[in-house]
Amino acid sequence: MTKPTAAEREKFEPWNDPTARPLVEFRNVTKNFGSFTAVDDLSLSIYEREFFALLGPSGCGKTTLMRMVAGFCEPSEGEVWLAGENITHMPPYQRPVNMMFQSYALFPHMNIEQNIAFGLKQEKMAKSEIADRVGEMLTLTKMQDFAKRKPDQLSGGQKQRAALARSLAKQPKVLLLDEPLGALDRKLREETQFELMDLQERLGITFMIVTHDQEEAMTVADRIAVMEQGKLIQIASPRDIYEHPGNRYVADFVGDINFIEGIAQSTNDELIKIETADGLIVECNSAASIDKNQQVWFAARPEKLTVSRENPVVTGSNAVEGEVWDIAYLGDMSCYNIRTDAGKILKVTQLNHSRTSDAPITWEERVWVSWTNDAGMVLTS
Amino acid sequence: MSGDVANKTNDGFLRRNLIGKATIWLPYIWLLLFFLAPFIIVFKISFSEIVVAMPPYRPIFDIGDGITQLWQSFRKFSFENYIFLTEDSLYWKAYLSSLKIALFSTALTLLIGYPLAYGIAKSPRNIRFILLMLVVLPFWTSFLIRVYAWIGILKKEGLFNQLLLSIGAIDTPLTLLNTNIAVYIGIVYSYLPFMVLPLYAALEKQDETLLEAAEDLGCTRLKAFWTITFPLSYPGIIAGCFLVFIPAVGEFVIPYLLGGADTLMIGKLLWTEFFANRDWPVSSAVAVILLLILVLPIMYFQQSQARAQEAAK
Repeated sequence: MTKPTAAEREKFEPWNDPTARPLVEFRNVTKNFGSFTAVDDLSLSIYEREFFALLGPSGCGKTTLMRMVAGFCEPSEGEVWLAGENITHMPPYQRPVNMMFQSYALFPHMNIEQNIAFGLKQEKMAKSEIADRVGEMLTLTKMQDFAKRKPDQLSGGQKQRAALARSLAKQPKVLLLDEPLGALDRKLREETQFELMDLQERLGITFMIVTHDQEEAMTVADRIAVMEQGKLIQIASPRDIYEHPGNRYVADFVGDINFIEGIAQSTNDELIKIETADGLIVECNSAASIDKNQQVWFAARPEKLTVSRENPVVTGSNAVEGEVWDIAYLGDMSCYNIRTDAGKILKVTQLNHSRTSDAPITWEERVWVSWTNDAGMVLTS
Repeated sequence: MSGDVANKTNDGFLRRNLIGKATIWLPYIWLLLFFLAPFIIVFKISFSEIVVAMPPYRPIFDIGDGITQLWQSFRKFSFENYIFLTEDSLYWKAYLSSLKIALFSTALTLLIGYPLAYGIAKSPRNIRFILLMLVVLPFWTSFLIRVYAWIGILKKEGLFNQLLLSIGAIDTPLTLLNTNIAVYIGIVYSYLPFMVLPLYAALEKQDETLLEAAEDLGCTRLKAFWTITFPLSYPGIIAGCFLVFIPAVGEFVIPYLLGGADTLMIGKLLWTEFFANRDWPVSSAVAVILLLILVLPIMYFQQSQARAQEAAK
C-alpha cells in the first residue's frame, strides 16, 4: 500500500512488455443486440495494476464491454479471460471482480455499514473479520461518520464514496467503474478523480473505468481506449492520445482541434509541405510516410497556435490572415475564433499571463494566426 | 390608492389561503360526516336498552332533554351490552374465528398475489397494462354476482367437480360448497386485486441495478430476491395485507353464500343480531368491538412506523 516512486511510475508500461501476462483479455469479442452490433470483433488486453479507461460517445459499446467483465452480458462470439481463466460464461456472483454502478445502486433498506458488509457476508466471512474490513473501508473512503446512515440520507458525493467502499470491500481483482463521477458537480468531480488515482495506486487493484468525459479519462487513466461503434479506434497513454491521435476521429473526440485539408507537395523524410485549395502553405515535422499529391489533413490544437497583430513569419508558410470572429474569455485563458480570408474558422487559445493588457485583441480586428513546424501533425484518415 | 392595492393583494392572499385550508379540510369533513357521525350513532346505540318499538331501542339521552335529564341518563349509563358479549361464548368465538379466517385468507392471497404482481412488474412494458387490466377486470361485474357464480362452480354437481370427475382425479364429488374451504376460496378470489395492486406498485418502481449490484457482490439470483426485492416490497405487502385483512374480518356476503352452518364469522353474527333478532344495541356493541379490534393494531403499527422513521433521522 505504498505509493510508487516517480521512477516506478514512469516505468509502468506493462503493455510494452512482451513477457507481461494480461489480467483481463478480450479475444475477438462480438456482441449483437438483435441486428445492432454493440461490440464488433474486439480484442483488448488490460494489465495488472493498470488504470484503464474506455472512452467514447454514448452507444459506442464501452458499457457493454465492461458489463462483459462483470458478467451481466455474455458475448455473442469470442471469449473473455480473467487472470488466465476463461470467464466468458461464469455467472456474475462467482467472478472476482466488482462494479461501481453509475447510479451507485446502494441498497436503500440497509445503512452504509450493512451495504459495505453485504458482499463480505455472501462470502461467509467471520463476523469479526467483516467488522474489521468494513471499518477499514469506511476509513479509506472517509465515511466513518456516516456508517449508520441510510443511503437516502447522504449527499451525492457521500453516496459515491459509499458505493466505492462497497465495491472495494471484497478486494476484487478488477474494479469496474461505470461513469463513477457523472452525477457529481465539477469541483467535487475533479477532487474525486485525484482521490481515485491515489486509491488505485495505494491498493494496487486494477481499475477499469467507463466514461464519456475525455478530461476525466485523461486525468485518471494510465491508458485510454477510444471506442466508436463497437470498435477500438486507438489505445494509448493520455499524452499520446492527445498529441499523437491515430486519426481525425480520435483527434476530434479528445480535446479541441483545427483541421486544415490539403495536398502533400514535397515529402522530405522529416518535413512535409502541404498546400491547401486556397494557396496556404503548411510545413510540418512528421515521420509519417506520405506520398506526394496525397490528400492529408494538418491538425493542430488551439493552444499550439498563436494569434498576433503582425505576421511574425518570414518564410511565407505556417501563417494565415483573418478576422477575429468570436472571443471567449475563460479567466485563465482566452479562446479566439479567427475567420480566415478563405472563410475557415480557426480556434486559438492563449493563456492570460498578465492581469492587465493595454490593448487586448478585440472583435473584428485583422490578425495573423501562425504556428511552428512542430505545432501540429499530419493525418491521413 | 396604495392602500387599496395593498388591500386587494391582501384579499387575494386571504382567499388563496382559505382555499388552501379548505382543500386540506375537505377530506376531514368528509370523514367527519360519513365515518365519525355514523360511528357516534352506533356507539350511542350500543349503550342503550332493547325495547319493542320503532326504532327497537330506548335512547340513552335526547338532545332535547334538559341538563337534569341528561344527568339522569348518565347515571343509568351501562356497559350491559358489552358485558353480555363476554358472557356468551358465541361472540368471542365468532371474533376469533373471523380473525382466523381473515388471517389465513390474507396469507393465501399474499402467497398467490405476490408471484402474480412480480410477474406483471417484470413483464415487458407494453403488455403490463393489459395484465393489470385483467386483474382489475372482475370489478366490472357486481361482487354479489361473482360470489354467486362460485356457488355454480363449487357445488356438488358444479363445474369444478365435473372437471375433476372427467379427468378421473376423483370418483365421488367433493363437498366444497358450504364449507370453510369455499369461504377461503371466495375471499382469496374477491380480494386478490387489492393485494396485487399495491404489491405491483412496490415492485414496479424497484431499480433493476440493485439486483445487479447484489449479484455482483456474490448473490445468486434467488438470494438477491430474498435480500433485496422482498424487503424492499414490505410497504406493498403491508398495504396489500391490510386491504385484504380488514374487509375480510367483517365479511358477510362470502360466508353467508359460500360458508356452511358452522362457518362462524362476526359479519354473519352481526347480520343475525340486527335483522333476525332486531337487537340493535347488542349488534352495535359487536360492531364497536370489531372496530376496536381492527383500529387499535393499525394505530399501533402506524405509530411504530413513525417512530422507526424518526429514529432513522
